[in-house]
Formats: sequence, C-alpha cells, structure tokens
Amino acid sequence: MSSIISVTHLSKTYGSGFTALKDVSLDIRRGEIFALLGPNGAGKTTLISIICGIANLSTGKVSVGGHDINTDYRAARSLIGLVPQELHTDAFETVWATVSFSRGLFGKPKNPAHIEKVLKDLSLWDKKDSRIIELSGGMKRRVMIAKALSHEPQILFLDEPTAGVDVELRKGMWEVIGRLRDAGVTVILTTHYIEEAEQMADRIGVINKGEIILIEEKATLMRQLGRKQLTLQLQERLAALPATLEPYRLILDDDGMRLTYNYDTQGERTGITALLGDLSNAGIRFKDLSTTQNSLEDIFVSLVRRSA
Amino acid sequence: MNLTAIRAIYLFEMARTWRTLLQSIVSPVISTSLYFVVFGAAIGSRISEIQGVSYGTFIVPGLVMLSVLTQSISNASFGIYFPKFVGTIYEILSAPVSYFEIVIGYVGAAATKSILLGLIILGTAGLFVPLHIHHPFWMLAFLVLTAVTFSLLGFIIGIWADNFEKLQAIPLLVVTPLTFLGGSFYSVNMLPSGWRTLTLFNPVVYLISGFRWSFYEIADVSLGVSVGLTLAFLAICLVTIWWIFKTGYRLRN
Repeated sequence: MSSIISVTHLSKTYGSGFTALKDVSLDIRRGEIFALLGPNGAGKTTLISIICGIANLSTGKVSVGGHDINTDYRAARSLIGLVPQELHTDAFETVWATVSFSRGLFGKPKNPAHIEKVLKDLSLWDKKDSRIIELSGGMKRRVMIAKALSHEPQILFLDEPTAGVDVELRKGMWEVIGRLRDAGVTVILTTHYIEEAEQMADRIGVINKGEIILIEEKATLMRQLGRKQLTLQLQERLAALPATLEPYRLILDDDGMRLTYNYDTQGERTGITALLGDLSNAGIRFKDLSTTQNSLEDIFVSLVRRSA
Repeated sequence: MNLTAIRAIYLFEMARTWRTLLQSIVSPVISTSLYFVVFGAAIGSRISEIQGVSYGTFIVPGLVMLSVLTQSISNASFGIYFPKFVGTIYEILSAPVSYFEIVIGYVGAAATKSILLGLIILGTAGLFVPLHIHHPFWMLAFLVLTAVTFSLLGFIIGIWADNFEKLQAIPLLVVTPLTFLGGSFYSVNMLPSGWRTLTLFNPVVYLISGFRWSFYEIADVSLGVSVGLTLAFLAICLVTIWWIFKTGYRLRN
C-alpha cells in the first residue's frame, strides 16, 4: 500500500527550548485508519500541527500526497481536513455559514449538495440555521468535523475527537469515521481512549516524550503483546496444587475456589489441552471457565512505562 | 492565486460588519455628527475663516480622516485578533492560502468598511455644511490609500497583541493623539514655528493635508510630499507583514 503522508527525521524545538519531537519518522498509508496514542504532552498535537501547517518544523521533512509541506504547501494542505482538539468555533455564525466558509477557504467552488450531505451525515441538518453559540458541546464537535469535511479532503486528522463526548455520540462518531474509511479517506486520530484505537484503527503508533516508540498493525500488536488468561471456577475447594500441575504456574486464589492460567496467544501451543487433561487426571473438576485477553490499554501502559 | 479563499475571508469579515451594524457604522456617524455640532456650529461660528474656507467646512476632511484612521485600525486589528483569541485561526493557518491572500481578505474587508464609513460621514457632513470637492479622484485616492495603509497597520497590531489591552493601547495612546494633533481641527500653519516643525514628524499631518487639498486646494504641505510619505508608510506596513508571515511571528510556533 502506498503512503500518503511521509514524515522523515522530523524534530521540533519550540522557542522556549522545549523539544516536542525528536527525530520522528512515520509513514501513513493511503486509506488506513491510524491511531496515534500517547500520554499528555507526548507530542501528538505538535506532530499533527506541523503536518497541517499550523506549526513550523525545526528539522526534517514532511510530505503529504507527495507534496512537500513547505515548498508545495497549497497542494499538501488542500488534501487535509483537520479537527483540532479544542472546540474552536465562531460564536455568531450559523452552522451553514461556517461550514460553507471552510469550503471556500480551501479554494473549492460552492457545492450546497455536498454541504447538505455532510451536515446530514453528522446529524446537523436540522441545526443548519442555528448560531453555533446555541449548540451543545457535542454538536460543536460535529460542526468542526463538518468544517473539516466540507472541502472533501483525502486525509482527515482527528485530534482527540471524542474527548468529553458522551457514549452514544462517541459510537455515532465511530460510525462516521468508518463510513469515511469506506469512502477511501485516510484517517489519523489521536486519542486517550485506548478502546477507540482498539475498536477502529488498522495501525497504531505510540509516541512518548516526542519519540515514536512503536508502530504496528493493530492485529499484530494485539497478538505479539497480547496475553490471555484462562480462569477456572472450581467445584470444590482445593487446599494446594498437586505437583503434576506445577509446570503450568497456576495461581490458586479465591480461597481455593479459582485457578488462573496465563498463556501466550503468540505461542504455537497454548498448553490448554494438556492443562485440562492434567486437571482431569488430578481429579480437579470445575463448574465454569472463561478467558480474558489483555487490552490494548495494558499494552500501552507497559510500553510507556518501559520507555520512561 | 486562491481567489475563492480570498472571497471567503472577505465575505466572512463583511458579514461581521452587517451583524454589528450599530457598532461598525452607526456609532462613528453619531460621534462625527457631534463633532460638527460642537466644532462646526457652536464654536466654529466664532472662529474666522481659514484660508478662505469657513471653519465648519475646513474640518470636514480632518473629521473624515479621523474616523477612517481609527476605524481602519480597529476593524483590521479586531478582525485578525479575534480568530487568534478564540482559536479559529487554526483553520486559516491550515488552509491552502498564501499570506498574501490572507492579508487581501482581512485588510480588504477592513478597508472596504472604513471607506464606506468615510463616504457615509462625508454625506453626513454635507447635511451640516456646504461641500465642494475640487479633485474627486484625489479625494478617493487618499481615502482608499489611507484606509488600506491603516488597515494594514491594524492587521499588524492585531497579530502583535496578545491581550485586549494591547489591542486598545496603540489606537488609544498613539493613533488618536497623532490624529488630533495632525491638523484635523486646525491648519498646521497656524502653529508657532517650533511646534510646526515638531508636527511635521507626525505622519497623519501628510494624510490630512493631502486629503484636504483634494477638497479645497489648500494644503499644509505639498501634494507630492503627502502622497510620497503615505506610500512610504504603506511600504513599511507591507514589509512588516511580509516579515510576520515569513517568520511566523505570533502566528505559527
């Protein structure tokens, strides 16, 4: 798959001397959903701001759709729609006027049908004549997405799109992003909600202290780092583990009523079949069993801790 | 050239004018009318003619300039300061527009507003005193040149200001005194020679003098000097704006 954004050896030091990005290299593939994860102050917003033209880079090179963001900024920027983290909106404009303004600003001729479609997709159509100041926070967030989509971008940046948005609206937003991906739009989102990345992303990048510490397919990441747990609820209390079960490193707790087995999904053999056989041989019977998988959140936390 | 973008910015800014019609147009007209009542009618009748022109008529060009100058600065500075303040500037910075196009959009709208305002004030003045414009072309040229130059200055102030206090400071502490002392209400030739020399360092003198010449063919300084210095001031503003966008000063981190 060809890359639509290419970031090479990008560094950013602010006037204050603070280095926000250190030698970041990153390729975003055309048509993917890329989630950029990182704790507060990791450099996510700085990276997006540079790619979109809001901040200047210190060293390195960034190209969008093959166009250098400095020397060929018009072509580069016209491909991008940006939804920043903060709710920056005009107060007294109507929804229709502000979304139409964005389209004009990006040099696109008027197209009321497209604006209508965008507003309908984002459930804003009945608010088109409302002034923005009258809208709720969630609606303002959608207005900002509508502005970003008004000029039919090939790339959409969503900086913390669902921060402070209720559960229902968040799900609605995921649907919108899913539809955009189906329409061929490349989506780059930063998020604090790991669930969001887990739910939507094709690939995940983790940034910490201005450095990219990992870029991986989500599925591979989950497989590589994901560990599973098998939990067995026993029928009868077990005082101690028999010696035959020692190699499994089982954990016996809940007052002798629960056995937990950790295994690696990456391994060729999980050892579950053998364990169940040995349990049966030892006369241990169970009434229920469940497995749980490590979430991306666990992976993320362990990665960030390791790099700290 | 991204003409669609220029148009979008221009119309967006003009829409703000119509929304705030009272503040943008009506209040300057009222305050100018008050000047006419006080200086033109009440006090002016006791002042003798200046170079063959009655005092009420003499102050018309100065009063128009006073409004055009202050309104150009306040329109343009607010126009660019406000998006910075509320954060909507992100969209302008991330759009495929050059700084030249941004300036045309914002400064064009601010200048349009103050030119309209200048013409409205002129019309209002016509209700109080008889007006005759000897050189309508030069009158318009000075009006446009002044509106554009001071809108550029306002744009610079709007970018420089990082709080509302600074936004007000330059117009209040620098521009208003310069305008009042720049010959709006008197001829510079009426001053003692020491003060007269000092006054010639005030750039507003040249604007008002040139503008008044286009009405009555009376001037404190020659027309060529007026035009030349106004253009020089315009050039300084343009260079400053070029530098702002080149370095990203207070716009791009």
